[in-house]
Amino acid sequence: MDIVNEILEREQKKAEKYKSITVDKHLEVDIDVGCLLASDTNDLDSKLLEKSKDIFLQALTRDNTQLLLNKIWELPTERADEAIIVKLPEPKTVIPRAKPVPKPKPLTKWQEFAKSKGITKKKKDKLQWDEQLQKWVPLYGFKKAAAEKEKNWLIEVPQNLDPMTDMYEKKASEKSEKVAKNELQRLKNLARSKKVKIPRVGLPVTSDKANATQLETAATIAKASTASLGKFQDKLPKEKEARGKGIHELIPGKERKRKLPIPTPQQERENNLSMLDSILSKRPKIDMDKAVAKHINDEQVQRSEEKRNTKSPKAGKRKTKGGNATNFSAKKPKAGKGQRNPSKKAGSGRKRR
Amino acid sequence: MGVIQRVKKPTTRKGKKVLQSKEPKPIEGPKQCLFLQGRNPSDRTRKLLKDIYDLKKPDGAYLSRKNDFVPFEDATLIEKLCYKKEAALFGVGSHSKKRPHNVILGRTFDYGILDMIELGADNYKGMKEFHNAKVLSGLKPCLIFNGPAWDLNQDLKRLKSLFIDFFNREKVETIRLQGLEHVLSFTATESGNIYFRSYKILLKKSGQRTPRIELEEIGPSIDFKLRRTRLASDDLYKEACRVPQELRTGTKKNISRDAFGSKLGRIHMGKQDINRLQTRKMKGLRKTPEEKKQFLIKRKKEKQAAKQAQNAVAE
Repeated sequence: MDIVNEILEREQKKAEKYKSITVDKHLEVDIDVGCLLASDTNDLDSKLLEKSKDIFLQALTRDNTQLLLNKIWELPTERADEAIIVKLPEPKTVIPRAKPVPKPKPLTKWQEFAKSKGITKKKKDKLQWDEQLQKWVPLYGFKKAAAEKEKNWLIEVPQNLDPMTDMYEKKASEKSEKVAKNELQRLKNLARSKKVKIPRVGLPVTSDKANATQLETAATIAKASTASLGKFQDKLPKEKEARGKGIHELIPGKERKRKLPIPTPQQERENNLSMLDSILSKRPKIDMDKAVAKHINDEQVQRSEEKRNTKSPKAGKRKTKGGNATNFSAKKPKAGKGQRNPSKKAGSGRKRR
Repeated sequence: MGVIQRVKKPTTRKGKKVLQSKEPKPIEGPKQCLFLQGRNPSDRTRKLLKDIYDLKKPDGAYLSRKNDFVPFEDATLIEKLCYKKEAALFGVGSHSKKRPHNVILGRTFDYGILDMIELGADNYKGMKEFHNAKVLSGLKPCLIFNGPAWDLNQDLKRLKSLFIDFFNREKVETIRLQGLEHVLSFTATESGNIYFRSYKILLKKSGQRTPRIELEEIGPSIDFKLRRTRLASDDLYKEACRVPQELRTGTKKNISRDAFGSKLGRIHMGKQDINRLQTRKMKGLRKTPEEKKQFLIKRKKEKQAAKQAQNAVAE
């Protein structure tokens, strides 16, 4: 027993040597360890605060800091590079952000289409083996232009072209057109994502001669491009309006057809199959009304034929009789040809008063 | 303004990177702070802002030139400068007879003013006047808020959030125990006084694992008085406090952990048909041709009934 007492006494002495780490509070201090934040909602001692402000504040803060650090020292520790670190929990306090929450980027038209069709991007190698040059050529960027130049030191002029055309110039213009088209599509996507209405651009400019349909379309668009949407424009004798896919949308004043949503591959397959089915299982349809009418007509024709055959010798007799209400072939009676009754007052002329 | 929203594409790779760095992110870094001088700043407000700037380093910029503007009347200058410097916090010092030693602290959201709170510095003792060793710069301080007034008064509630915003620095996953050496204490009284104190933590032996804390004042020590405020509307504040979807932690259904930390899942199964269960095959239990026929007819009838019911539903 002596040993036990001795140890207990020693412990007590040891504890007395150090100041305590426990703090008593009337209300519990609200601690957010993730933020290293402690908020003490206990009432302040106003008398002490007035009398000795700094000492009071320091003591108060010390107590609250002790409580906060007690909580932190309870957390599981780790050792990293001769330092003891603790893992802090998620902070509870919500602080306003500096910028709004990022919105997801709007998909481009192609991306939308690819998504609906399940098309995934194929990764291309940065370098490709060129058989002609016998070396690795990058897909784009540094050294691509040099390789292209080396490769195309001579370009053949095709037979259908003017022999004096500069093929290098032609190639360059084609390339710049592609770039411009891409830029236009980028802007269109931007406008679409912002829901901005963009004016119709009409026909794209082509480097080559325009063909007949393009010219026709251009003429139709130009005609409709007046303030009254081409209503008062003269027409040529045999003029036709341009038709075709996508032309209707280009003409001003025409109602835009609402586009159907892009069908999924499954839907598309079904549609195609059903169409094929309908074609293969086609049977002649009977229009009952038409058939009945035709039948009646045939009968009537037959009957009239018979009548004509039987009554042909008496045909002249009937004419003399006249006045048959159902005979539409007779001449219409004309006014003013009949006999007048002189005793009756004439109905004609102005009524005099 | 994100890169995608711009009509003009950035021409250089570096320019693109700069624009991308300015785009809103789900997890934001520490907010930058801008310290400005208003009309006729007093020596005290200059020093005070400088001290706060020292505490805020390296996430801040101190602009020492005077600016002839009144933030509460026209805050466009602040918005402009905050946009230019990519800062979300600001402090403006000014001095007038009506409002001596005036300090305005505030923050912006989406380059527009969110909160702005005016404080008068009644008493001030700078960091230099305390002749002792200071803490390292860039440390994450412990924040202590004393007094019930912080939760009772609406203005003070917002001021508390603003102070946390100012000194919280960034969110950290882990912290070194020896690195906890700075405490900022904010005490609010009912009369609208706010006592700002800064202490260094001294870790003493306590005979236990947890050390005994002693504090040493290192400055600055400021007695603020609450003046005018311009707080954000609840809608805007709520919008600013929105947590992105990817950071929101929703509870997953049917997953739990037991006391030993092993993951338990609960799955739902359809009703079992015991009659159809295949048991041991024996010659005696085999169906006779008659029974088989009966069974097939029965199943056919069932199927027909189901089909009819389905058609009825469809119509």
